[in-house]
Amino acid sequence: MHIPDGFLNVATLATTAAVSAGGIGGAVRIVGKKLGEKQVPLMGILAAFIFAAQMLNFPIAGGTSGHVIGAALAAILLGPWAAVLIMACVLIAQSLIFQDGGLLALGANIFNMGIVASFSAYYIYKLVTWLAGNTRKGTLVGGFAAAWVSVFLASIFCAVELAVSGSSPLGVVLPAMAGVHALIGIGEGLITTAVLSLVLATRADLLQLQRI
Amino acid sequence: MKSKWWLISLLICLAVACLSPLASSSPDGLERVAEDRGFLELGQDAPYQVIADYVFPGIANEALATILAGIVGTLVLFGAAYGLAWLLTLKKRQLA
Repeated sequence: MHIPDGFLNVATLATTAAVSAGGIGGAVRIVGKKLGEKQVPLMGILAAFIFAAQMLNFPIAGGTSGHVIGAALAAILLGPWAAVLIMACVLIAQSLIFQDGGLLALGANIFNMGIVASFSAYYIYKLVTWLAGNTRKGTLVGGFAAAWVSVFLASIFCAVELAVSGSSPLGVVLPAMAGVHALIGIGEGLITTAVLSLVLATRADLLQLQRI
Repeated sequence: MKSKWWLISLLICLAVACLSPLASSSPDGLERVAEDRGFLELGQDAPYQVIADYVFPGIANEALATILAGIVGTLVLFGAAYGLAWLLTLKKRQLA
């Protein structure tokens, strides 16, 4: 879902860049204050994993592929502010080094796949684990739901930005983006759940750390 | 024991990066929508290229070039996010 340059107009680029800059500023402050010693290497591991996993496009219906965003996994393990910082690192590197996602569109991409995806995933996960209990099943069901919602919502915001920019009418681009990403979200859910069950099996203590 | 966990995790990330030549080359969700709805041509290429499209330049074998791009990116991101987190918590650790 990396938006290239040229898809968004100046107003949308400026607005999303401002919101993302503010979000990163807040994340820097909060992470610096609250990140625990055990969580420092986990930041590196998650950024590395999300980058590698994003390279693995999986086929979905009709000659289309999708890849994970990874924000849900980061938000569940470390919390939404840390996840925003991790996603910003990944998206900045992808744009600067790998020419994936436009330079000017970086703010929009950080907003959609960083801020929207991380916070939506975090609150959905909290809601599900509150309803289902803090059990293995709750963690996995919550992880799946959080992952799916994060992809779906990110695609909705992406569609709205494209429509506001005049690239495509909302009535066309919104159902198209939402439809494709409802499928990609299932992939995100499966991969997030698989990683969470691996963490539960090897380092369940990581899921008990304070989320920031 | 705990430091071993991080090392194993990083090795898993690198292993995942090595699977990258198996990835589907079909357009992703946004690209597909842009193509179908006729706004793909609005997209502009970056004004410069470093490791464009996850293919390491100057290597004839495309699978190898993709794996190398994946390994470079995985290590860069591990270092960048670890380093950033370490720097941001520096003050907190000095106070403790």
